[in-house]
Amino acid sequence: MPDFTFPLADAGSNLLAARYQMGFTLGFHIVLASFGVAFPAVMLIAEYRGRRSGDEDALRLARRWSKAVAVLFAVGAVSGTVLSFEFGLLWPGMMNRFGDAFGIAFAIEGIFFFLEAIFIAIYIYGWKRLPGWAHFWSGVPIAISGIGGALSVIAANAWMNTPDGFSVGADGRVADVRPLDVIFNTSTFHEFVHMWVAAYLVTGFLVASVYAVAMLRGRRDRYHRLGFLIPFTVAAIAAPVQIVVGDFAARDVFEDQPAKFAAMECVYESGDDQAEHLGGICTDGEVKGSISIPGGDSLLAGFSTGTDVTGLDSIAADDQPPTPTTIHLAFDAMVGLGFAMLALAGWFAVAWRRKRDLPATPWFLRASAAAGAAAVLALECGWMVTEIGRQPWIVHGFMRVEDAVTPAQGIWWVFAFTLLIYVGLGLMAGVVLRGMARRWREAEVAEPELEAPYSPPPTRAPEAAP
Amino acid sequence: MSKADAVAAILWIGVTLYAVFGGADFGAGMWDLLAGRGERGERARALIDRSIAPVWEANHVWLIFVLVVLWTAFPPAFSAVMTTLYIPLALAALGIVLRGSGFAFRHALPGPVRGPATRVFGVSSLLTPFFMGTVVGAIASGEVPADGGGDPTSSWTGVFPLVTGALFVATSAYLAAVFLVRDAGAAGDRDLQRYFARRTLAAAVVAGAAALGGIFALHSDARFVYDGLTSDGVPLVILSGICGLGALALLARGITRGLRPLAVGAVVAVIWGFFVAQYPYMVPESLTIEDAAGASATLTEVIVVFLVAGVVCLPSLGLLYVLSQRRALE
Repeated sequence: MPDFTFPLADAGSNLLAARYQMGFTLGFHIVLASFGVAFPAVMLIAEYRGRRSGDEDALRLARRWSKAVAVLFAVGAVSGTVLSFEFGLLWPGMMNRFGDAFGIAFAIEGIFFFLEAIFIAIYIYGWKRLPGWAHFWSGVPIAISGIGGALSVIAANAWMNTPDGFSVGADGRVADVRPLDVIFNTSTFHEFVHMWVAAYLVTGFLVASVYAVAMLRGRRDRYHRLGFLIPFTVAAIAAPVQIVVGDFAARDVFEDQPAKFAAMECVYESGDDQAEHLGGICTDGEVKGSISIPGGDSLLAGFSTGTDVTGLDSIAADDQPPTPTTIHLAFDAMVGLGFAMLALAGWFAVAWRRKRDLPATPWFLRASAAAGAAAVLALECGWMVTEIGRQPWIVHGFMRVEDAVTPAQGIWWVFAFTLLIYVGLGLMAGVVLRGMARRWREAEVAEPELEAPYSPPPTRAPEAAP
Repeated sequence: MSKADAVAAILWIGVTLYAVFGGADFGAGMWDLLAGRGERGERARALIDRSIAPVWEANHVWLIFVLVVLWTAFPPAFSAVMTTLYIPLALAALGIVLRGSGFAFRHALPGPVRGPATRVFGVSSLLTPFFMGTVVGAIASGEVPADGGGDPTSSWTGVFPLVTGALFVATSAYLAAVFLVRDAGAAGDRDLQRYFARRTLAAAVVAGAAALGGIFALHSDARFVYDGLTSDGVPLVILSGICGLGALALLARGITRGLRPLAVGAVVAVIWGFFVAQYPYMVPESLTIEDAAGASATLTEVIVVFLVAGVVCLPSLGLLYVLSQRRALE
């Protein structure tokens, strides 16, 4: 092998590789997880409508969406398995000392995950084997366990931000664990609600964007309209809710995680009357190139320009998030995209009130098509704010990432390989879903016997499972 | 029995379920790989698809269960294993990614992309249990130090870990073939039934040989577990032998009734034989179950979660099973 090592192949660089690896695989999984949380609900809304008013188009949508749910869940289960390996492979120091606190919520998540897997299979099997409303109800546990699973995982992440419910024993390991305090730590509630609503935004806008593109290409029949309207309405309701929830979440971060908040808003000097900086680069103790609203940050954080905001100068240099610009810009991008989605939802609401129809201009559909990508981008940005904003800590105040990372070398190689595989996976998932859509289009009348994971075989045969 | 012992038993239940159901899944992938191109190969593949499609992901939930219980209830053991055996573990994780996506995609994608996806599915079905086996073999032979950071290569490339890897592959193939014999019978395909019966026999011979080789390797590489297996573990080893031979006897007479319980029994008995043999160790000769156990309240939580999961999930699984056996309404 040629004598080639990645640049900076030292211990610090290994840490960076591990963070990239974890960040990338989580960033991939978070999109699939959002679908796992919200897509079943969207699918059930379609089935409810179909059963309620005998709407064949709605039922057909629900049937097709259930297969997409299965594909996405299957890929998400795999990327989730990878994550549970990575906790140990990349961060053994954290698992060694804090596994019995960090794992508490994950143990509960297992139940929800298992239930979701089982009921997705039941729902898909049930299309031909459960009568009417019984089938609808067989799908409800999917949506509920998706929410429960999200709550569990978010509780574990929130615990890393605001750890609670344990004390550290003489050996440096966790002692005196109080499971309920671990699960319901200070950040659990706002992180969960924010992520939950985000899942509806991502799923709603992304599914709607598929039908928006189809309508732009001239497929404007009732089926496509409904395929657009159901998920879009869900997202349009979630958009204003998310603005309010996000505002609360930011104030919670202001109170409980001052270092993260300072980086988000690029506040260097502690004090009152802080300006709100939109955009810009945080460097050398100041913000460059931003649009500043005097007093805006203090006003948002405490409803008064007299509100004191902790700046990075009050936080020891070692304890500051290393890349405030990234955090600041990610935060601004998330908020900006959130308001753009809110505007789109408002546009839709006004048109619907006036004439019970979509805005006539194709620009509405074009904007809706873009909203899917925008929602995913906002999700990733928000997640970056939470995770990068916690740095340099892995368990805030208790353990730094550098003390948690594995001593094993070669993580850059693993990361490069992972990138390749996941990009391939993402492409394949896209091709598969597009292929499904194409075959559905070609067989407009007769429902094609399409195989999906969990689905019964096309012809009757015993499917006894091992 | 202490609370930590109870949680260790729960962990072992997860290991057992993963070995049986996940193992059968992997084995089915191997038979898929070896099925060849002919008409019968296609038929075998179709049967494999029908058998594992409804449950393929549910089976692998057990792996996540094992990992989560291990890190939550026995954090130092998890960390010690992960910092020593990261190479085979990373390769197993890679295998799981490729296998899962290969299976999902070949289902959803007909046409030219199916071929490569199928081969990826088959090859990773073979490699994943092999690497898992080397991990288990390395742990049993005392290669994992209490503080972790054992030798990243020699720890799992010794004779016993490699033989265990081979044993995992053969056992998975064996279990899958047994399940497929039954499924072929239920589908009324006598030809495929004989086809998988022959394969069961072949896998049984290989698994038996690997197990025998394993005992010799155990004697030299993993003396603690060997001693346990030949003392307290003897009843389970004998039980496993009786079940295995019984299954072979049934096969030789062409009887499929009772084949599955015997085959599964043979595997389960060995797994619990290891549990008994390495007791009181979680990681033989470096971490006992008590030493590795996490905070007391966490152990209680894991036990409660396990019981709740049993109460909630088993009826749901039953419902899925009933539904999969029911005729379509139309």
